[in-house]
Amino acid sequence: MSRLLQRLFGRLPIGWLQLSHSKARFAAALAGVAFATLLVFMQLGILGALNSSTIAPYSFFDADIIISAEDANTLTDGSNVARSRLFQALGVAGVASGTPLYIGSLDFQLDGGSTASLQTYALDTQGQAFVTRAIAEQFDLLIPENTALIDTAMRGVPTSAFDGLRAGQPFAFEIKGKTLTAVGTLTMGGGFTADGTLFVSDQTFLRFFSGRSSGAPNHILLKVADGAEPDEVVSRLRTILPAEAVKVQTLEEAANADLAYQTTERPTGIIFGFGVLIGIIVGIVIVYQVLSTDVADHLSEYATFKAMGYGQPFFLGIVFEEALVLAVIGFIPGLFFSILLYMGMSAATGLPVEMEIARILSVFVGTLVACCLSGAIATRRLAGADPADLF
Amino acid sequence: MTDAAPIITSGLDHFFGTGEARKQAIWDVNLEIAPGKLTVLMGPSGSGKTTLLTLMGCLRDVKDGSVRLLGIELNGAPEKQLVALRRKLGFIFQAHNLHESLTATQNVMMGLQVHGRGDPVKQLAAAHHILGLVGLADRRDYLPGNLSGGQKQRVAIARALVSNPKIVFADEPTAALDKVSGRNVVEMLKALGVQRNTTTVMVTHDNRILEMADRIITLEEGRVVKDVVQPTKPLQLVELTKS
Repeated sequence: MSRLLQRLFGRLPIGWLQLSHSKARFAAALAGVAFATLLVFMQLGILGALNSSTIAPYSFFDADIIISAEDANTLTDGSNVARSRLFQALGVAGVASGTPLYIGSLDFQLDGGSTASLQTYALDTQGQAFVTRAIAEQFDLLIPENTALIDTAMRGVPTSAFDGLRAGQPFAFEIKGKTLTAVGTLTMGGGFTADGTLFVSDQTFLRFFSGRSSGAPNHILLKVADGAEPDEVVSRLRTILPAEAVKVQTLEEAANADLAYQTTERPTGIIFGFGVLIGIIVGIVIVYQVLSTDVADHLSEYATFKAMGYGQPFFLGIVFEEALVLAVIGFIPGLFFSILLYMGMSAATGLPVEMEIARILSVFVGTLVACCLSGAIATRRLAGADPADLF
Repeated sequence: MTDAAPIITSGLDHFFGTGEARKQAIWDVNLEIAPGKLTVLMGPSGSGKTTLLTLMGCLRDVKDGSVRLLGIELNGAPEKQLVALRRKLGFIFQAHNLHESLTATQNVMMGLQVHGRGDPVKQLAAAHHILGLVGLADRRDYLPGNLSGGQKQRVAIARALVSNPKIVFADEPTAALDKVSGRNVVEMLKALGVQRNTTTVMVTHDNRILEMADRIITLEEGRVVKDVVQPTKPLQLVELTKS
């Protein structure tokens, strides 16, 4: 290590020698950096879970355009849309097909008396499929009344409980006093608004939600004709459909708008955003403390170097070297424990808390920058001082 | 640019503190230090010896009066110039101020690397050579924590001398040394003066050294009260020629 750094800097690796000289302090500094990294990772993990659980339902659908009520910010809030909008839309050039989408929430009775709320999506299962293939392939199973595809990743139920279903043995359960039979599976998992997902036919949906009518779905999904640009079709639709009643977005736009709404206008998103910010600030403070204490402890030694004719760049070099060593070596245990905690959080909440490469890289670069910045601030005290005053 | 004397002070004052607490520590010091000579500053504690030494050695900002060091005016000199100037000087402090996490050799090498990257093999050889001269050949890879006070001081001396400074400033360099090694150090500094025209300015209380000094300047309460030039004695021991 020492030799590698010596070659890298073309001088004695004083920063490294200084850090490794007192093992206990080095360990404490590393623990500080690791903890700061962990803190940021945890907050980003939770925020990332919110993001991916918000986006996930959109990936469920195979459609290009979604028509929602003007006041709908997410898939589940806002008013219903008149089904007649579907027929209006079908008359627009470039629209190939469309279907109403019904969404509701059903409570699944768990062992032990508690319930899991299941986000229930319903589409016409007789016609063209507006969902991913994994679900479309099971459409035949949904033809009988009161049948559903159930989320094997739902919160509160071990996924092994669905082994029988996977093997082709349906099971029945009671919801709202009626019997629903799980005939197939899907994998979605819990999010912040629900514990899992159900998929049913529109007929079954209307039977369970007696207050809902087939004429008022939550959204309308459209596919564009081959060769048509979804963006162009969207702008054509916007000129036809009244903006005060409905909004037309590509599915991707809708997902991004939902995400932006969840993270900036809903309390959960704002809280997690603050968490990330606080994590970063606390991280920087910890790293700064570590480095400025180190500078303070070596002040008389640095003063001697200064008296010998070493300039400010030399001291910055030492502190950057220390920052680099701390950032690299502290990051590894930070990442390791973060992955462990992610696994724990994921298991405990069923939320998709996952470590992503992009996140690892950005936190690492952030750690490096924070370390160097703190180091630069920490050496400022040295810059203006007379060497004689520092002894 | 070139002065005959490496250090010239004129009308030099220095103050500590500000406002009510402002106190003058150096009063109108006018000195010319001759090249290649061992000049001793002495006086009771608090007389301003160390302050004067650090002013002359550009370790402290010169604000009132003038110090010309190797032909360069220190009053108002930019930091960059001070840094460049410090590289031509050697400092030996009262406290050894060795870097605790560097070995004796590495500490000495710091005195060389200040001049740029250089050849590490030659630097290592030079560091080993000078540690041999101060009698630490067998301790050269020790960390300061494993050296005695006198040994640490000798490493500090080696560090100051390794880059052949034009002027050596020493603040009680022999305080931590026994009689023999203290004398050896001073003789080394004197030999440097003879062979390389190195000027030495030394603050000391040590009477054993006074007889070896070429000039003794006495300070009291920040003023020069006595200035004696002594006849130079021939050197008996010139260790520097050994290698």
